[in-house]
Amino acid sequence: MATLPDDVVLSVEDLCVDFRLRTHILHAVEKVSFQLKRGQTLCLVGESGSGKSVTARSLLQIVDRPGQIVGGNILLRNGDAITDIAGLHPDSQTMRAIRGRRIGLIFQEPMSSLSPVHTIGSQIVEAIRLHSKMDRKAARERMIELLRQVEIPNADKMADRYTFEFSGGMRQRAMIAMALAGDPDILIADEPTTALDVTTQAEILDLIKRLQVSRGMAMLLITHDMGIVAEVADEVAVMRFGRIVEHGPVDAIYHAAVHPYTRQLLASTVKLTHHAEARQPVSAFSAEMPKPVLSVRGLGKTFGLAGNTVLRAVDDANFDLYPGENLGIVGESGSGKTTLGRLILRTVEPTTGKVIYRARDGQEIDVTSLGKRELRGFHREVRLVFQDPFASLNPRMTVKEVIGDPLIVNGLAKGKALEDRVAELMRLVGLDPMGMERYPHAFSGGQRQRIGIARALALEPRIIIADEATSALDVSIRSQILDLLLDIKKRLNLSFVFISHDISVVRYFCDRVAVMHRGKIVELGSAEQICTAPQEAYTKSLISAVPNPDPRDKRMLHRQRFVAPANA
Amino acid sequence: MLAYIVRRILYMIPTLFGMSLIAFLIIQLPPGDYLTSMIATMSDSGQAVDPAQIERLRETYGLDAPFYLQYLKWIWGIVSRGDFGHSFEWNQPVANLIWARMGSTLVISLLSLLFVWIVALPIGIYSAVRRGSVGDHVFTFFGFIGLAVPNFILALTLMYLAYKYLGLSVGGLNSPEYAEAPWSLAKVGDFLAHLWIPIIIIGASGTAALIRILRANLTDELHKPYVVTARAKGLPEYKVILKYPVRIALNPFVSAIGWVLPHLVSGVTITAIVLNLPTAGPLLFRALISQDMYLAGSFILLLSALTLVGMLLSDILLALLDPRIRFN
Repeated sequence: MATLPDDVVLSVEDLCVDFRLRTHILHAVEKVSFQLKRGQTLCLVGESGSGKSVTARSLLQIVDRPGQIVGGNILLRNGDAITDIAGLHPDSQTMRAIRGRRIGLIFQEPMSSLSPVHTIGSQIVEAIRLHSKMDRKAARERMIELLRQVEIPNADKMADRYTFEFSGGMRQRAMIAMALAGDPDILIADEPTTALDVTTQAEILDLIKRLQVSRGMAMLLITHDMGIVAEVADEVAVMRFGRIVEHGPVDAIYHAAVHPYTRQLLASTVKLTHHAEARQPVSAFSAEMPKPVLSVRGLGKTFGLAGNTVLRAVDDANFDLYPGENLGIVGESGSGKTTLGRLILRTVEPTTGKVIYRARDGQEIDVTSLGKRELRGFHREVRLVFQDPFASLNPRMTVKEVIGDPLIVNGLAKGKALEDRVAELMRLVGLDPMGMERYPHAFSGGQRQRIGIARALALEPRIIIADEATSALDVSIRSQILDLLLDIKKRLNLSFVFISHDISVVRYFCDRVAVMHRGKIVELGSAEQICTAPQEAYTKSLISAVPNPDPRDKRMLHRQRFVAPANA
Repeated sequence: MLAYIVRRILYMIPTLFGMSLIAFLIIQLPPGDYLTSMIATMSDSGQAVDPAQIERLRETYGLDAPFYLQYLKWIWGIVSRGDFGHSFEWNQPVANLIWARMGSTLVISLLSLLFVWIVALPIGIYSAVRRGSVGDHVFTFFGFIGLAVPNFILALTLMYLAYKYLGLSVGGLNSPEYAEAPWSLAKVGDFLAHLWIPIIIIGASGTAALIRILRANLTDELHKPYVVTARAKGLPEYKVILKYPVRIALNPFVSAIGWVLPHLVSGVTITAIVLNLPTAGPLLFRALISQDMYLAGSFILLLSALTLVGMLLSDILLALLDPRIRFN
């Protein structure tokens, strides 16, 4: 029988997980080894498809079919004895007693990870009673105590609410309470903050870290975000293609990385903490200030809610977009940034205010008073790039049809001319025109986003509104796409309205940044000023919540909290 | 919730009036009336027709009055006295004919709904959880047969088999010797012995459809993250599946309650005729052919009322089952 060092609670040795597919066997995890130590955090880092989530699920034997553990040991300290989880049957009593009781699990998407039809409280009570002999009443008291520990206000009332009545951060707190219900000594957090806003992310990470320390749990944190790793990790394992390519203490990984992939990952993260090199200084604009290509004045949108309350989705927005400028709009979910983008295009009708567009001939057009026909002309000049490269391409259209569609709809090209134009556009965004006849599913996420960009460029627009255009992409792909956009901008003299929740992306890409909070633009300034010397309290809290990819300078420790005025 | 139910019931009143008006209108749409179809039948069989007598009948029945007057007279009779009018063909008050038929229709509807649930629920769950297994393929095979074979053919086959091998008197809901007898324990037993054939036949296509729906829904739900969460808590597998995904995949079962009645009346009329069932379908069918308008109109009105009640019930159940619906 193997023995484990005293502080090790779980040791994974040469774990292999295969997915038997119809045509071949996919080795999702190959010879992965690591140890979880009491009170310590191991971060498993990697991009999508690297096998990190499968590894985590193997520890609980909940890998979905056709996944199967085919080799290695997962040794769990069990008092003085040691249990090999890999040798247990997934449905066995022993395995079930480990799930929740010894190892707690927190997922990425708290909305879909909690049952929509059971109250939050009942789901936690279920987890408590599974692993103890408490009666209903005692379990309920324990559940409320757990909700208090994860800092849910009015815990006794909130316990009887449903998942969809909780905000994103609250759901994740409830999820954490559930993972802690069995008093586990190992906590696995699988991308616990990826779906959350940056300030909420900071609070959740803070909470997880405090709970881990106070309970002395060992933690396995899975993430793709090198910033988060720097904030919370003691040790780091970097995964790629199912293998751990580098493993070591956090400081060594960040400051003396050996493997080229680790370096590349770090480089693409660190790159995004600065502005792109090739930018013009903002002052250059003011010297011979050209007239703005787009001016937004007093733009607002109110939605009526039940009763007489109104929601001001966008409230009195004012800004100018200059030719060749990248204007960033940052804000958390619900801040109104997406609505603002739609108001400019008038896919949502504004309630108040004006959008003035300066056409190529210098004529000023009031977009808000255009008729249907003229609006179509405006839409030719101002194009949209969407967030989700999977959902925004019609799966039944070939790439040629997708990119050529705007040309056909506007009657600009057909036949051979269309084909040539599509090929030219594909080369412009770095795709091989040979792939023209293929369908979107044959392309990766980054390639699909390039297709979306090519489609937006087909009509030679002057302004592109990019709504979270890089949010769904892995970090290395993300910086490639941003560089592509910068390159195209220079070549075609475009202006961008770049809507994002990701401050590092905005900082890298944009010249000026507007910060939105509850429908209002609270601060507008150069990207550098917003990111390094924010003036408004809200901007300060937002910037200080962004994880810093340097374990020697953990920004979240001296994070500033922003308490919104009650009547804002 | 209570306010919602009351509001829904109030909405049902204008809906019912609207439906009765449309039903009445459509019954009247074909040229002629009951008397013209009667004359046609009589002259077909070589009987002499006295035009004066026809005219007199037309007057007594009020068939010469304008459409809206006939409608108002009929609907006023229902609202004020519960009088559904007079059936020309049967020469009886409609109310006498209709209640017995509606009663047996309801009993058969509810029992076949129950049958559908009892059979479809476990098979649907099994098929989704063990997707691609031999059992799933077998059930899928029979499910498609159930969907594809017309009900009346199934009815004929089953009647033949029951008569040949089980020696049952098939057709109707009672053996001949009990048909006119008052209700007694023996008659109830005889009734139940006859019931299974129509229930299986009427339930067959519904069962097959529901198995497919449940299998598809549950297959989607089985891979949702909340199922993994439940598993990660340490719940035993059967509990994971029954408590979480099945509960959510159950919605179509409940919404089916609303459609059962209209389906049973309009969808399986041929089956009911083949099986000689004393349900509303065949009678409504006859009444429509002979333009026996009060009988047909009253049937449609009552069925509409029952359908609306069924819809209301299924909506209330859905709201109880799924808080997301309740809170919107």
